This record gives sequence, structure tokens and C-alpha cells, in this order.
Amino acid sequence: MNGYLNYVAKRFGQFVFVVVTGVTLSFLIAHFSPVDPVEQTVSLLTNFGATDPRTVEVLRQSLRELYGTDGSLISQYFLFWGRVLRGDFGPSLSAFPTPVMTIIGRALPWTIGLLTLATLISWVIGNLLGAIAGYFRNSRAIKLVGLFVMALQPIPTYITGLTLLIVFGFLWPILPISGGAQLNLTPAASWAYISSVIQYGTLPALTLVLVGMGGWFVSMRSLVSNIVTDDYVVYAELAGVPSRTVFSQYVARNAMLPQVTGLALSLGNVFGGAVIVEFIFNYPGIGKLMIAGIYAGDYSLVLGVTTFSVIAVATAVFLIDILYPLIDPRVKLG
Amino acid sequence: MFKVLRDLLRYNREFLFGTLLILIILGLVVASFFAPYDEMMTYAVIPDMPPGPEYWLGTNSRGQDMFWQLAASMRNTLMFGLVVAIISRIIAIVVGLVSGYVGGKTDQIIMAFNDTLGALPNIPILLLLVFVMRDQMTWGVLALTAALLGWTHDSRLIRSAALSLRTREFTRHAAFSGMRTGQVLFREHLPYVMPIVFFTTMNNLIWAIGLEVTLSILGFSDINRPTIGGMIYWANAHSAMVAGIWWWIAVPMLAVVILFLGLFLLAMSVNEYIDPRSRLARMGA
Repeated sequence: MNGYLNYVAKRFGQFVFVVVTGVTLSFLIAHFSPVDPVEQTVSLLTNFGATDPRTVEVLRQSLRELYGTDGSLISQYFLFWGRVLRGDFGPSLSAFPTPVMTIIGRALPWTIGLLTLATLISWVIGNLLGAIAGYFRNSRAIKLVGLFVMALQPIPTYITGLTLLIVFGFLWPILPISGGAQLNLTPAASWAYISSVIQYGTLPALTLVLVGMGGWFVSMRSLVSNIVTDDYVVYAELAGVPSRTVFSQYVARNAMLPQVTGLALSLGNVFGGAVIVEFIFNYPGIGKLMIAGIYAGDYSLVLGVTTFSVIAVATAVFLIDILYPLIDPRVKLG
Repeated sequence: MFKVLRDLLRYNREFLFGTLLILIILGLVVASFFAPYDEMMTYAVIPDMPPGPEYWLGTNSRGQDMFWQLAASMRNTLMFGLVVAIISRIIAIVVGLVSGYVGGKTDQIIMAFNDTLGALPNIPILLLLVFVMRDQMTWGVLALTAALLGWTHDSRLIRSAALSLRTREFTRHAAFSGMRTGQVLFREHLPYVMPIVFFTTMNNLIWAIGLEVTLSILGFSDINRPTIGGMIYWANAHSAMVAGIWWWIAVPMLAVVILFLGLFLLAMSVNEYIDPRSRLARMGA
């Protein structure tokens, strides 16, 4: 158990390091921006008619405090950290004065739901197909399926998503292509609402699954084809263990474990793909929020979403990492 | 080298197919230098003409011939990918070789930094940068940023190869005969990791081009400079699908598929060639 605690501590150190780097990077990029959120808000608020200069000065002062752009670089940096730790990214500019965190909180369940489901499905399908392809290497049908799965993977998420949108939205319109759920339904635990969420989520999820499973397929196939030649597998086959049992109990089980680590490593990329998918299908998640924020010139929203997503991805990676030794007894603790 | 290529073309169907697809793309790139009018020019031809004998791939609503537009876009997009791939390869090689050769604490620190950078989600950070830079965001800046983000995985691969080279006899010989560290790495170790570098270049190229396509579809690069993503951006901006000008969307999408499929097939078959295990499997051992 002591070894496990050591392992967790080490991973936690890494996690903190990633978060600090990400937040610092976000701060620095935002700080050297030519966009001044304070001046932007001032011009937005004083757009209509003349305003008393003294009022503007007071407004400017309070906005500076609100956005934390007062003082030197160092003090701003620590101020920014304080805000990150409190989860306070200031008010959104395009939806003034709703706090950015409230908007993120509204979008978060959509992204988490979509990402978790799509990642799990593509992980399971990709690994299963990969294991089959690695074990039954000489089957032509499986080779064909494999080629198709692998060829989908390098194609940019946007192209796959747009193709699905055109096919299932225009040519054969059977699935909704925009939004997260039917607009006239109120969010509730009713069957109508849930089925609507599933319908609207099908195309975004399908895009992520199609793009994602190729990577799992390739690595699983090579893992399995290495294991197949191992002595213990050959021995089991010679001893007359049914090939179904050899496949599921001897080969696939051993090959699956490194793929869990791969899951942690891939999360950052999967998140990037989700940003694009949400934009294509107008899905009300974090990614759409971020792109909408960029189009609207909403400084605090963009900075908030970036910082938040860096921390969220790092947290997810950390969680998978610390759960890993519980699944794989072979992992070296210490 | 040529013999290898010839054998690959003869015996490896994926390689042959990939080469053909990439040749189509390269043909387009060459054609782009013979364009009858400037690639930035709008309303050079009759707008909204469907594909036909006069305009092979049709014309768009901005009065550009899709064929020449596609050729110029392909050149620019490939250029972006190559610049990213070359810069990030240099970083990956230097970091990987140094980290593997020096080892110890230095190696640990470099790899901690490497993993941290690799764990950051690229897209949000790039989007933040694009947001902040606005109009100053040229393709050069974008390429540099992408290169700075895209080397971490490959440097780890190179490091693990360098780690095993470090303890080999010839490295000790080189060091004892007075070669400087830089020389050892460059002259002795680099040739050994070159296969890894070649293989990762393909993957990096695919990644970089995908990034460029994505960002320019969103309109987050210089939108006047023709790129594959930019073509789709303009088609969306003019609601080409709704207006029935389907070729405006279909042409760049088809081009992307050809390009990525070609690169992918090449990467896969070269990887198979480099990996001795799959080569043995192919020979039936």
C-alpha cells in the first residue's frame, strides 16, 4: 500500500506541474494580447450616447478590479492564480454580467457526457476490432474492416463530421444536426427529453467514435500480434485450450492494460476533437462556447474556458493514472 | 534506397496506392505554378459555374476557378505541413538525443518538461493564441506554434532509442577518442534514429495539416490566402450547401481525403517496412 501512495504522490506532482504550466501559459498568452478587456467593455457600455468622463473613469477603475488587470505583471499573475483557485474568471463580455464560471457550468455536462460516451465506445470498439485483427491475422474480411477503420483515423475530425452532417442531415435527413436537445422540451428526467438528447448526440458521438477508434485499433493489433507469438500462448494452443478462451483470457486481457495508459495520454487530443465536433453540430458544450467566445471577442470567456479545459484534462489524466495500478497488478509501484 | 523504393512499389500494394494518391496531389502543386491568374484574385471567372468541360471543377461564388484555387490551396497547405514537420523534427531530434545521451537528472528534468507539454490539450491553447493575436496571426506564426507543440511524443521515441545507443561499444569508443558530445550525437547516433525520424515525419505531417485544415475552416488563419481549410471556410460563409453549389464543398473535401489517405498509406507501409517483426510476418515466418 505504501508503494501505491508513493505512486500517487508522484503522479500528483506531475499533475500539479502540468496545471501550473498550462495556467501560466494561458496567462502569458492572454497578457500579451493586444485586446484589453477593460477598454473593450468600456467602449461597449459607452457606445450609446455620450457618457460623463468621470463616470467612465470610475467604470474603468472598477472594471480593472473585476478583470484583474491592475498592477504589475507579477501581482497580476498571483491575482490570476487566486481567481483560478476560486474558479472566478470574471464576468463574460458577450453575456454581461453573467460570470464565466456559470456559463461554463451550464456547458460542462454536455461536453462531459459526449466525451465520456464517445471515448468509451471508440475505446471498446477499436480495441475489440484490433484484438480480433491481431489474433486472426489471416482473415481477409477482418483485414478489410481494419483498413477501413485505420483509413478513417488520419482524416481531420471536421471533414468526417461534415460528411456525416451532409449525409444524415441533407441527403438522408433522419437525424437532427444542430443543438443538444429539442428546444421546446424542458430538461427533466422524462423519457421524451432523454431520447431527444440521445438523438441529438448521435451524430457528434458517431464522428468522435469514427475518428477515435483507428488509433486504438492500430496499437491493439500490434500489441496482440506480439503477444500471440509468446511462449505461454503457443503452449496454451498446443495444450488444446479452445481458441476462444486463448483469445479472451490469454491474449486480449494482457494486451488491454497498456491501452488504459493510452486512454490517459489521448485525452488531450480527444478534447481537441470534441471542440471541433461541437462547433459543427452546434452542440451546447465547452468547445462551442470557446469558439463562440472567439467570434464574439469575449476575452474573459475565452481565457476562462482555456484555463478550465487545461485543468480539466489534466485532472482526468491524473484520475486514470491513479486508477491504473488497481487494474494492472504488474505495474511497478515506487 | 532506390532498390528499397522499387521493392516497395512492386510488392507492397498499400505503398503503390499511396504513392499514386500523393502523385495526384504533387501534380496539383506543380500545376499551381502555371495558374493563369493570381491565387488571391476574386471575380476572375464567371461565378457559380458547375463542373464542366470549360471549368473542370466548376467555379465558386467568389468568381474563382476551383481547379486553380485547389492547386494553390494544396501548395500552401502542404507548405504549412512541411514547415511544421521540419521544425518540430529538429526539436524532437535534439531533445531526444541529448536527453537519451546525457541521462540521469538532466534526462529526468527534460522528460518531465516533455511530458508536461505533451499533456496540455493543443486545441484550446492554439485557439487562445489565435484569439489573442487576431490579425497578426500569419501562417508562419501558426506553423511555429504548431511546431512548438507537436514534438513531444516523437522526442520520447527518439530518446528511448538513444538511451540504448548510449551504452553501446562504439559510443564509448567515440567518446574516448575525443569526440565532443555534439559530434557523437550528430555523427554516431543520428543515423541510428533516422528511421524513427522518417516514420514520425509522416505522422507529424498528417497531424499538422489536420490542424491547419481545422483552424482555417473556423476562419482562424489568414482567410485570404487560399488553403484547403480556407476553401471550406468560404464555402460555409456563402452557405454553399444551401445554395446548391455542392462542388464548392465537395472539391476540397475530396482533396483532403485523397491527401490524408495517401499520406496514411505511405506512413503505414514504410512503418511496416521499418519494423522487422511485421516484415517477417509478411514473409510468412
